[in-house]
Order: sequence, then C-alpha cells, then structure tokens
Amino acid sequence: MISKDNYKYIYIRKLMKYMVTSRRKFIKISALGLGGLATTSAAFGLFKTNPLLDAAIKENVSKKLYRSATYCEVCFWKCAAWAYTDENNNIKKIIGNDDDPHCNGRLCPRGTGGVGMYSDEDRLKTPLIRTTVNGEQTYREASWDEALDLIASKFKDIKEEYGPESFALLKHGSPGSHLEHLFKAYGSDTIAEPAYAQCRGPRETGFGLTFGSWVGSPEPTDIRDTKCLVLIGSHLGENMHNSQVQEMSDAIDNGATIITVDPRFSTAASKSKHWLPIKPATDIALLLSWMHVLIEEDLYNKKYVEKYTKGFNELKAHVKTFTPEWAYGITTIKPEEIRKTARIMAAAAPSVIVHPGRHVTWYGDDSQRSRAIAMLNGLLGSWGNRGGFYFKEKISIPKYPHPDYPKPKWGWHDLGEQYPFAEMGITSEIIKATIPNEDNKHPIKAWMVAGTNLINTLPQREKTIEAINAVDFLVVIDTMPMEITGYADVVLPECTYLERYDGIRSATNRTPSIAVRVPAVKPKYDSKPAWWISQQIGKRIGLGDYFNYNDFEEVIEWQLNKLGTSLDEMKKIGVKHFDRKSGPLFLKEGQDYEFYTPSGKIEFYSQQLANKGFAPIPVYTAHPQPPQGFYRLNYGRSPMHTFSRTINNPNLSDLKSENMLWVNPKVARILGLKKHQEVWLKNQDDIVSTFSIKVRITERIRWDSVYLYHGFGHNNKKLSRAFGKGISDTELISKTVVDPLMGGTGLRGNFVSILTENPHKNSEL
Amino acid sequence: MRYAMVIDTLKCVGCSDCVVACQTENNVPHGYCRDWITEAVSGSYPSVELELRSDRCNHCDNAPCVRCCPTGASHIVEGGIVLVTGDECIGCGACIESCPYDARYQHPDGYVDKCTFCHHRLEKGQLPACVSVCPTKCMYFGDLDNPNSEVFQLLKNRKHKTLAPEAGTKPHVFYLI
Repeated sequence: MISKDNYKYIYIRKLMKYMVTSRRKFIKISALGLGGLATTSAAFGLFKTNPLLDAAIKENVSKKLYRSATYCEVCFWKCAAWAYTDENNNIKKIIGNDDDPHCNGRLCPRGTGGVGMYSDEDRLKTPLIRTTVNGEQTYREASWDEALDLIASKFKDIKEEYGPESFALLKHGSPGSHLEHLFKAYGSDTIAEPAYAQCRGPRETGFGLTFGSWVGSPEPTDIRDTKCLVLIGSHLGENMHNSQVQEMSDAIDNGATIITVDPRFSTAASKSKHWLPIKPATDIALLLSWMHVLIEEDLYNKKYVEKYTKGFNELKAHVKTFTPEWAYGITTIKPEEIRKTARIMAAAAPSVIVHPGRHVTWYGDDSQRSRAIAMLNGLLGSWGNRGGFYFKEKISIPKYPHPDYPKPKWGWHDLGEQYPFAEMGITSEIIKATIPNEDNKHPIKAWMVAGTNLINTLPQREKTIEAINAVDFLVVIDTMPMEITGYADVVLPECTYLERYDGIRSATNRTPSIAVRVPAVKPKYDSKPAWWISQQIGKRIGLGDYFNYNDFEEVIEWQLNKLGTSLDEMKKIGVKHFDRKSGPLFLKEGQDYEFYTPSGKIEFYSQQLANKGFAPIPVYTAHPQPPQGFYRLNYGRSPMHTFSRTINNPNLSDLKSENMLWVNPKVARILGLKKHQEVWLKNQDDIVSTFSIKVRITERIRWDSVYLYHGFGHNNKKLSRAFGKGISDTELISKTVVDPLMGGTGLRGNFVSILTENPHKNSEL
Repeated sequence: MRYAMVIDTLKCVGCSDCVVACQTENNVPHGYCRDWITEAVSGSYPSVELELRSDRCNHCDNAPCVRCCPTGASHIVEGGIVLVTGDECIGCGACIESCPYDARYQHPDGYVDKCTFCHHRLEKGQLPACVSVCPTKCMYFGDLDNPNSEVFQLLKNRKHKTLAPEAGTKPHVFYLI
C-alpha cells in the first residue's frame, strides 16, 4: 500500500528550513480564522479567472502522443492496452483498451506501471557469457552471434550425447511459447512451468475430475451477476486479477453477499458480509461441513443435482457426520456461522460462486480441496448458470505452417508418471531428474530458463541450486538480472513486451476475442525478442524449416488474415471480438448437457480416483500446526507487484519497495516487538532469512500465523532498487508436501520463529 | 459549476493504480506523489474493520493553502479547482504546512505541486487520470452544481463523509461509507 509515510520524509527534510510552528497548531489557527466566514471561495477574492497553467500541465497539453496496440505482460492476465509514445519515442503512459474484456479500459497498477519495465536502467543490456578471469568466475559481454553460436553448439552436443529430451525448458509467459516451439522442433518435450505445480495445477485437477473441464485463465466466473461470492483464501483485490476485481466491484454495487474464508483479514474480507477467520490448513473440514448442511437441511439444488450429477448418495453418506459442530473443533469457525453461510449460499443458488482460487498449492491435499470446492458448486448448481460459472469460449489461432514435431522418446509426462492426474510438466520433477541419481531413468543435462526467476519461484532453494550445479549447460533469457541469471552459462537479454511482436492473444471469455502486441518502440540496448532468439537458435541447429519467416510480423499477419482481419486493422483496434459458436453462455431450463467426465455427469463420486487408489470423495486430514514459538508462514500478493519480477520496476517500487511482516498485536506483546522493528525469520529447518524485515503490528492477522507479501528479498545486487529489501518467503519454504494426484508442491506448511538479533552479525553477506 | 470527487470506500481495494496513473499522466517524479492510499484498521481480531481510500488535494472552497500563499501562486480557478502556478511559486512551503490533508509536496524543481483534478484532461473533456483508470470504478467525478450528475446523486443517496471537517475547509472530495 502506498502511504503518505513513504514520501513524507522526503519533503519533511526539504521543509525543515520553512518550519516555524508545529503542523497541528497551524491547522487549528487556520480553521479558527476561516471557520465563521462566508462559504464560497469567491467571497475571499481568491478566484482567478485566467489561470496560468503550471509547468506540468503546460507540458502535457502541448504534447502530441501516438499509440500502439499491445497486451500487458506484467502478469498473466494479459490485458489489452495502448502504449502512448511522444514524438521522441519516449513511452509516456499505458492505458487499457476499452474493448478488452480483460480490462475494460482500466489497467491495474502493474499494467499502468508497465512503462517501468521498459525504462528500468538495471535491465539486461547485452548477451553475457560466463568466463574465468584470474581464477574468478565472471561474465563477459558477447555479441549475439557468439552467444547464439555457443548455445547452438550445446544444443547439438546434448542431442548427440544424451538425446534432445535431456535439454529441459523452464518457462513462463509469452517468451515461453516461442521457445516451446524451438524445443518441440528440436525433439524435447521436457518442458515445465512453475505456474502449474507451484500454483494453479491442483484446481485444474480438482475441477477437471468433477466437471470434466479445467478452470483455466481467466476463470469463467460470472461475478458481475452473482448474488453470492465465496472466496476461500483467494484475495481478489490484492491479487488484482483485473476483470475479476472489476466484477467484484460490480457485485458490491449490485448488493451481492461476499463470504471470505481466510485466516487473514484480507482486503476481500473487509468487503465481505461474512468473514470466517479460519484456522489455517483446515479448509476441507469447512467445505465438507457446508456440504453436510446443504444436504441435511435439504437446501441443495435438487433439480440440478438430479439431472447433472452422479454419486449424490455416496456424497450424502460421506458427509453425514461432518456436522458444523465437528468442523468447529477443527476450523474454529462457530457452528452457527457455518450454518448461516451455507443457507446464504443456498438462497442465492444457482447465482453463487465458490471461487476456485488461483494459487492453490497449500498443504499437499490441494487437488482434493479444489475438488471439494467444485463439488460444493455442483450441489448449488452454479456451474453453467448465470451468476455462477459460464461456459467460456475462445478462438483457436490457426497454426502457421511448419513440419511436424519429432516424437520425443520421453518427456514431462514420463517424469511425472507417479502423479496420474498431472496434465502439465512438474517443475520439481525436472529438478529431481537433473540432480544426479543412479535410479534416474531420464537424466536431464541442460536447461533453458525463460521469463521465470526459478530462485524466487520454487521452494527448496538448495535443491534448485543443486540441480543448477549439476547441469552441463544453463541458458537464461530474461529482461532483468534476476537471481537465476547469475547461475547461467549464457544470459540473453530479452526486450520487454513494449518493444516486440508476440503471438496473438486469444482470450477465453464470455465471447471470444483476440488482441495483438505491436512494438511501441525499438528494443532498447542490445535486447532482442524471444521469437527472434528462438528462430536464430533454430536456424543454427538445422531447424530453419520451423522458422520460415523473416519477421514474426509475417506470422501474425498470416494468422490474422486467416481469421478474417489484418495486422493493419488490428493495429487500429487492438482487440477484435467474434461471435460465440459453442452455444449459449448458460444452461437453459431442463437442457440436456454432457460434461466431459467419463460418466458425462458432474462426478461427486470419482471412479477415476477410486481406480487409482485415491479417496473418491475428499476427506479431511489434519496437517501439522506450528509448535511453540513458531508461526505459520503465510504469504500472498501485493496489488502493485507480480511474483518477484516487478520489485525493481521504478514505477512500482515507488509504490511498494519492501514487504513487512504482519504480526498480531498479542504476538508482538509476547515477543516485545515494536512497530517497524527490524527482525529476521528462521524456519523449522533452521534456514535463516538473508535479510531483515520490518514488523507491521496489525489486527488483520491471526496469532498463529505471520504474513508477508511474496516476491521481495532479492539478493542480486544488480537489482539496485530491489536488492536487500524485505524477506523472500520462498527462501524460507524448505518443506513441501507433494500432492499425490498431480505433483503440486504444498507451500504453506512452513513455520518460522522471529529473531530480533541480527543472525548475520558476524558473517559477511 | 463546482467539480467534486466522490470515492466509494466500500469498493476501493487500495491497489494504488490511481497513484501510478497520476504519476505517469502528470510526470510526477519518482519518490513523490499527488495522490496516495490510506489504510485505516480498527477493532481487534476477529472483529476488524478496514477502510481503504484514495486521498489527494480536497480542492477546498475555504482553502488555507490559497489564503496563506504570499505570491498568489496558489489560486482557485473555475469549477473550484485549486491550482499552483509554478512560475509564481517561491517554494516557501507555507501552503504545505497549512494543508490539513497533507496534499502538497515540493517538486525537485522548487515549486510546490499537488493534484490538479487533471485540469488539462478536463479541458479536453476527459476524466482525471486516477478516475479513468480505477479498476474497481470506486471513484466518481463531476459537477456538484448539476443535480443530474452522478456525484450529486451519489451524495444525495449514500452515506458519506469528508476528511478533517473540523478544519472548516469545505473540501470537495467526498467518501462514501
């Protein structure tokens, strides 16, 4: 949160010389002096009819700005926008595209501050190659040709010696898709992204097993028309998933009831009629108990359940004993609150959304928790109904012609074979397969990392580093000198989204739409777009046929023509809408509908799970609670930052430059902590935070937990604004509980103690 | 005509988009701001209340900053907007001291700067940058003298407050509560 305090010190210092009297006193005098006088400013003779505009206004009025179509890359929501440049090709501002369903003309702070990604003077500027000078490892600047030749030779070596499958790609975002094409052409399907097993994977499994459909992105939640929105640990408003936050605001206007389940008094909780301050790690008990109330009190959506679901009787028998009184002992939520909120949901049904959440890798039974959420939606009949979940639709972008990909001998699927419901590569399995081990059937020998700072993204940092130390070759592609770049053999500077073409964004929404990204300015420094990097490597290793174009612009033009539009048109409009072809947004009364599950029904009882030896209906399992002197480490999003990637952004670091440790006042009293006191954290495995963090004493957090914003605590000095600011939650997550269904890593089972003495006093950082 | 801003605290999530939008729109130097987010927490766990709101110059009718300005740089223009003429400002800081809302700062170039309700945008028929960008649409802007305006209607129909009413400044930023 930006607060005036952040800024005050700057001008207070400048003002010292002017201060003659204390601020409070001065106000009092001015109030007294003016209070009894006439009411309009005109009466004071203060009105000037012909104002001189101040310098900033004058500058702005005179400036002619040009706009280019883009879509944002600061987070994954990919809002379509206009980048405004002046006659000197300076990017002045970025404004949302009015026709875009992801933003409706209103970007979030990160999108508005996206200009800082371009202007950040700490950006990677030129290719770098690891070298040794006087026995010390260092980087030297290299030409693109030299760096690409080196990378190409490694691609060839790895293929010859181990097979192409041994070269893994770890990626995120738009650059990732260009490199994925390169890897598939090369013969490697050893591809993963933290966005799956460290983030949203479990909910796709949970909803997939229940409804036969992934939730996907953006989530197909009809929040604007809902009567009741239930958020389970999902902090909409702090996560700034743009159109959802906008719709939550519409729902507030429409008088919807919001119910938030969160151990922390989140922003969403403050907008909620009912906040259930749950004991961490007990959500499944609450979900089962809600289902118990709906069934026992006969409040579930009977018509819907009868027509569209399977396994209701098994579910009824399963939740029979999970009374609110039973759940109270586990969750600390009072039975009457559980009953009351269940009845509110039922009264709103089917216009009710129990939100699937996004970052759901918490305690290791996350797919089952997500399934319980899906089942609750099933009982309420919200899937396929207005105010619940709509049937989303997107346009498929025609594939630019290229030869078929070769079939790899093994890939991500084989690495995660013990997780039968994994549907994407599991980052942690790639790490496991990279660390040398005799039992390893599929050893990985080289990595390319693009657009993801694995050091601040993956838990168990020492394992990540062990794997990095084991690879023969590591190439990192990024715009910023993130921590991961420091481990690379070759670093390639990618230009930012404001300086490049990228693939067409096909949005999954109520109606299909597409958006284009056109460079607003030329790439700064010696940076290059990922499509070019991918093509250049491809050409060097004999895969030129897969990159049959001079410029990616040609690919987009070809695809847009196939879609009945053109690059020229898209440059003018930025976003184009298409008609729906898959049928109505919602089910019609009594309509037959086949879900994509084996039974064609919403599955309360999952035969698929039973067949694989898992609980066919979710069960509550107790998870460890923090021992004496320890607090559960909870983390979340700050609305002005994305992951760890924006902390150094000059515009966004201006809003929030460091995180703080949220501590309940009771805890502060016991430990003798003062406001803004500097502390360090030590976790259950004796891992001590590299940096310190300031204490924020607040009633918004439970006494058994502490909370901090994710993404801070950078330890690369090249990030001049982000270095040493706050604590990285990731470095303290050394314990994970793995989801047996899909391999997600539960990250919220770590406990920390608070150190008031500097543990690094005698050691140099 | 009397411009006013109405901010719905029930919808504001404190994301600070208004702050960045203002900074990029008005070339506010890094480290300074014309608007900011205030977070007020009351109660004790688990009976907690939180108010989030976007704060700025209140464009007062009875503006202490204008009264105390020795050069006339601080002045009020049509629509009740309080402005500072940079060229006339000697940077004495009296206005900064007098403002009960802490809304002014000294620009590194020497003059005092603050929210202008995006006067230059209003001239082009656009809303202030903060209002136009807000993802929750919690900010409203318009003419309070016009009974058909959104701001007039909101204040007529919703419970609201102003900040520091005891200062007698007759502010024109209102908060729905």
